[in-house]
Amino acid sequence: MKFALRKNKDFWAGMMLIGIGAGAMFISRDYWFGSALRMGPGFFPTILGGILIAFGICIIAVGLRSGEKIQGSLSLRALLLLPLSLVLFGILMQLAGFIPALVVLVFVSAASGRKFKLMEVLPLTVVLTLAAVALFIWGLGLPYPLIKGY
Amino acid sequence: MELFHNLIFGFGVALSLQNVLYCFIGVMVGTLVGVLPGIGPMATVAMLLPLTYNIPPTGSMIMLAGIYYGAMYGGSTTSILVNLPGETASVITCIDGYQMARQGRAGVALAISAIGSFFAGTVCTLIVALFGPPLANMALKFGSPEYFSLMLMGLVTAAVLAQGDMLKSLAMVVLGLLLGIVGSDVDSGVKRFCFGYFELADGIGFVIIAVGIFAVGEIISNLSDPEERVVFTSKVGSLYPTRHDMKQSVAPILRGTVLGAFLGVLPGTTPSIATFAAYMIEKKVAKDPSRFGHGAIEGVASPEAANNADAQCKFIPMLSLGIPASGTMALMLGALMIHGIAPGPGVMTQKPDLFWGLIASMWIGNLMLVIINLPLIGMWVSMLKVPYRLLFPAIMVFSSIGIYSTNNISFDVYLAALFGVLGIAWRMFGCSPVPMLLGFVLGPMVEENLRRSLQVSNGDPSVFVTRPISLAFIVVSVLILVIMMLPAVKKRRGDITG
Repeated sequence: MKFALRKNKDFWAGMMLIGIGAGAMFISRDYWFGSALRMGPGFFPTILGGILIAFGICIIAVGLRSGEKIQGSLSLRALLLLPLSLVLFGILMQLAGFIPALVVLVFVSAASGRKFKLMEVLPLTVVLTLAAVALFIWGLGLPYPLIKGY
Repeated sequence: MELFHNLIFGFGVALSLQNVLYCFIGVMVGTLVGVLPGIGPMATVAMLLPLTYNIPPTGSMIMLAGIYYGAMYGGSTTSILVNLPGETASVITCIDGYQMARQGRAGVALAISAIGSFFAGTVCTLIVALFGPPLANMALKFGSPEYFSLMLMGLVTAAVLAQGDMLKSLAMVVLGLLLGIVGSDVDSGVKRFCFGYFELADGIGFVIIAVGIFAVGEIISNLSDPEERVVFTSKVGSLYPTRHDMKQSVAPILRGTVLGAFLGVLPGTTPSIATFAAYMIEKKVAKDPSRFGHGAIEGVASPEAANNADAQCKFIPMLSLGIPASGTMALMLGALMIHGIAPGPGVMTQKPDLFWGLIASMWIGNLMLVIINLPLIGMWVSMLKVPYRLLFPAIMVFSSIGIYSTNNISFDVYLAALFGVLGIAWRMFGCSPVPMLLGFVLGPMVEENLRRSLQVSNGDPSVFVTRPISLAFIVVSVLILVIMMLPAVKKRRGDITG
């Protein structure tokens, strides 16, 4: 049973909903609840949190009966590298400027695919960076420094 | 007569040089991105949304609408040419469209698809013009309780008719409502669920969620697909349907249009339901049903007309009531809000140029698809050959610049990365993110109307069932839920949407 649960997709969906619902209700305790006549900021989120928990329980109950497994594969490499490329882009936009941020973004995101050919990614990086500079900086006039300090 | 007056006004707006240009750019860019394998209309609109920031509201809506039809059209092209549906709505087109392509009649299939879509688009432009205003006028008289119940009905039907597990879709709507109210409470000013980040005080940006889930999330799931996409392109052949082809297609196009328009007005019905139903009807009425699946032209004509009719009529609830009937419409509503326009029945009276200009531009956009895109088919085919590993870094570039440029803060980009990962988790758990998006857009309005309703009624929740119009909406929502839970319907629903 324990093993089956680990792959049961309804179980995980339900657990996630219960978790978020409970979290919302817990955090909402800090907000004034008010009454139906005068709904405070905590009223709506507390109710929504409660509904989420209820849905979560129902979904787990259904899932335990049907036992549907999580399907499809997940590329761990893409799951890690793609969000990482966004985070690096954000950091470099602040620290280094538009061009370094884009170069790293294209490079890291391209590396999240299965086939990474350096001779292909290098020209791609150059082309995409140039295109983005042309379109966004020169074309649309976004006010970002190309390279900080220059 | 007022209708013609308004339509002429709308064409006046839409035919200004600027707006024609926006419409043209939208249609072209939409088709361009829509043809690319692995990018559906949702991701296309989400990704290109930031391009429209610097354009005035009317122009930006016209451009977004153009992107939307262009992306849909691009989806049909890939279904016919390479048996690769860009989105669920084109799955049906693959069946006979691809067979026609293998018989060397790809050009005819594409032409019939474009003609059918154009006809449906024309009819539905009129339908939107005809039914939008009375609906908006009616909604203008609604009080908060009516509006709350209407939104409830919209969200329930959207969840129930969405793809996948109904219970999970309903739960995702609630989750969306919760995400929608992150930020300062309009009533008290209390910052809710901000975790100390001042960046969240204005709420989670709409573009962040849309791009995070539908662009970044989709790329992760595409990269996780172990199957390598191999694209075989067939010869396009003659674009001109024969007299016999036309004769065979007229009735199916008419039937598809009527069906699509009817289903399109209902919130939440995905175009896949309309196309599926259209295909089934054609198979039923055909003299020789065995031709279906082997390149029957009716199997392309009717679903394509239904698809476009459905997509177009989705604008009715969006424009006149401010209720999104599909994920793409939620994106359009979000775009309106970014331009500082409160969606709802007021748009028609306060922004008549936007309302009528957009309606007129729908027809112009559809016309452009026929007369400009069809001759460019060769170019779209060559786009199909671009391998995905070169495409997705480009999508990432567009997405991240788009997100960053909204507020010029890096926090938004980090948040999008988080939603990309969340989107993947939800998909693996079988939770469709589309109902979440609808809830997210409506979240603040649902809370506000609930609050006002209860204030008017002195805190008595029975206000929702004692006012007749509100009661009607509640009854419809409950009925839809009950019908969908009947075992027989439940099974068929799984067959269609699953």
